[in-house]
Amino acid sequence: MPILEGQDVTKYFGGLAAVSNVDFHVDQGEIVGLIGPNGAGKTTLFNLISAAFPLSSGEIRFKGQKLNGLKPHQICKMGVSRTFQETKIFANMPVLQNVLVGAFFGSANRVSGADAAREASQALEVVELSAMGATPVKDLTLVNQKRVEVARALATEPELLLLDELMAGLNPTEISEAMELVTRIRDRGITIFMVEHVMKAIMGICGRIMVLHYGEKICEGTPQEIVCNKQVIEIYLGEEADAAS
Amino acid sequence: MDITGFMSGQRKLLIAGSIVLLLVFIATFPLYGGVYNTRVLTSMLMYVVLAVSWAMFSGPTGYMSLAPAAFFGIGIYTMALLQNELPFPVIIAVGGLLAFALALLVGLVTLRLKGIYFAIFTFGLVVFMSEMVYYVEARLGQIRGRDVIPLDAQMLLYTMLGVAVATLLAAYFIRRSRYGLALLSIGANEEAAAHMGVNTTMIKVILFAVSAIFMGAAGVVTAPALMWVDNRIAFSTFYSFLPILMAVFGGMGQLHGPVIGAAVLGYLDKTLRVQLQVYFMLAFGIILVLVILFLPNGIVGLVPMLQERLRRLTARLRKGGEAEPHANT
Repeated sequence: MPILEGQDVTKYFGGLAAVSNVDFHVDQGEIVGLIGPNGAGKTTLFNLISAAFPLSSGEIRFKGQKLNGLKPHQICKMGVSRTFQETKIFANMPVLQNVLVGAFFGSANRVSGADAAREASQALEVVELSAMGATPVKDLTLVNQKRVEVARALATEPELLLLDELMAGLNPTEISEAMELVTRIRDRGITIFMVEHVMKAIMGICGRIMVLHYGEKICEGTPQEIVCNKQVIEIYLGEEADAAS
Repeated sequence: MDITGFMSGQRKLLIAGSIVLLLVFIATFPLYGGVYNTRVLTSMLMYVVLAVSWAMFSGPTGYMSLAPAAFFGIGIYTMALLQNELPFPVIIAVGGLLAFALALLVGLVTLRLKGIYFAIFTFGLVVFMSEMVYYVEARLGQIRGRDVIPLDAQMLLYTMLGVAVATLLAAYFIRRSRYGLALLSIGANEEAAAHMGVNTTMIKVILFAVSAIFMGAAGVVTAPALMWVDNRIAFSTFYSFLPILMAVFGGMGQLHGPVIGAAVLGYLDKTLRVQLQVYFMLAFGIILVLVILFLPNGIVGLVPMLQERLRRLTARLRKGGEAEPHANT
């Protein structure tokens, strides 16, 4: 059963269709990857799901409920949480406080101080940052800042987690660790929808992959199907040829 | 025994002790201070209320509100209009509530504005209130300004002390609460805060309005000392700028920063300004520039800075002593 569904999802910026007529679905318990060249509309699609800006047309439903017209904080409380391509951490606040914001405000019900503290420390355990609770986030390395974002999102107790380029800028060891982290989160019962450029990661952990190109969905399938797809190869090889010239 | 627990227990005792001493000092002050100095102390407390309530909202969010004078002026005019109609404590409540209502309205309209635009709008609000009061008085009432019957200086001091204590308690509990955390997250990254479930608009509007209550109440209590008010006195932009300067001067990172800033500059404002007007403004400006340039965390930021210097100095001395034998080997 799909936990997240989109129908004819379209977003215009001025006259430009950043996302046009995209149908998609994410099933409960899946790890779904979203790939495509730069400017394909991947982050825009995430921003539409989390209501960073409104849809031009179409419809997005979470667990059967329409998300159109809701505000970001309402969508978060329903159980959809996210991270950002360029980390949007609370830089001057300590790690624990960053995560506490998610714990206090991310749930549908009012959370007591004790419960919020427990949730926050659990979330920090999942991302293996328990020892750094008191450190201001701006003093962390990039990989740890990204982990704080994941912990902050987890503290909101999501059912669906949107990860926007979690692996970008990480070294190979950090990428393997991040892949393990994503799998671990899924094993906790959280469905994952991720935008990623690191192919090794996408192929390794996603059950299903969607490809966007110029705002349109050009194909969808298992990692094997995607790597063999002619259109996908064209897009990516075409890009490489451009880069070489 | 846990040494840090012991230390923090002792620290708490020290803080509680100094607060009690300060309260006793203020409460007994009229007995030996004289009427003039009692008024000076009341004025200092007024600035404490304005600076602390301004820092309550603008400190963590970074939304630079220039509106304190509008809310303060509403309090002054509430007192001027209702002084013969209602008992004093009721007027204080009415002044606070009117300021709250105006802030709620303004907040709903303007808190989607960011940065400089919010600052400009809130500044415009002060000018608008002043002009509107002038228009209503001059055009419709054919008068300019109003008398406010002076009240006993000692009573005013105690009332202002009460307002200041209420402001500080509110600021203290907001800082410690989830709403304080939400305000901080809004200041750090508003978009991320919204995506983490913070209803940013509601939190901003409500806390902006709550901070206005204290400004309005302070206006009511200040009015009797002014004896005569018109739109320019009540809605003077100084009541916006001074509290901000005081909060920045004292340091907004900690609760006691704006208190110290308001007490120091409020005292200088009341005493030195009368005696050496020109030089006072000059010195005032220079002090502020120096503090902003060299003490980004205000004068309360000086303490940890000096502690750190001292710690580094002792560490270097100790290291120096140890390093010598190594150099010989």
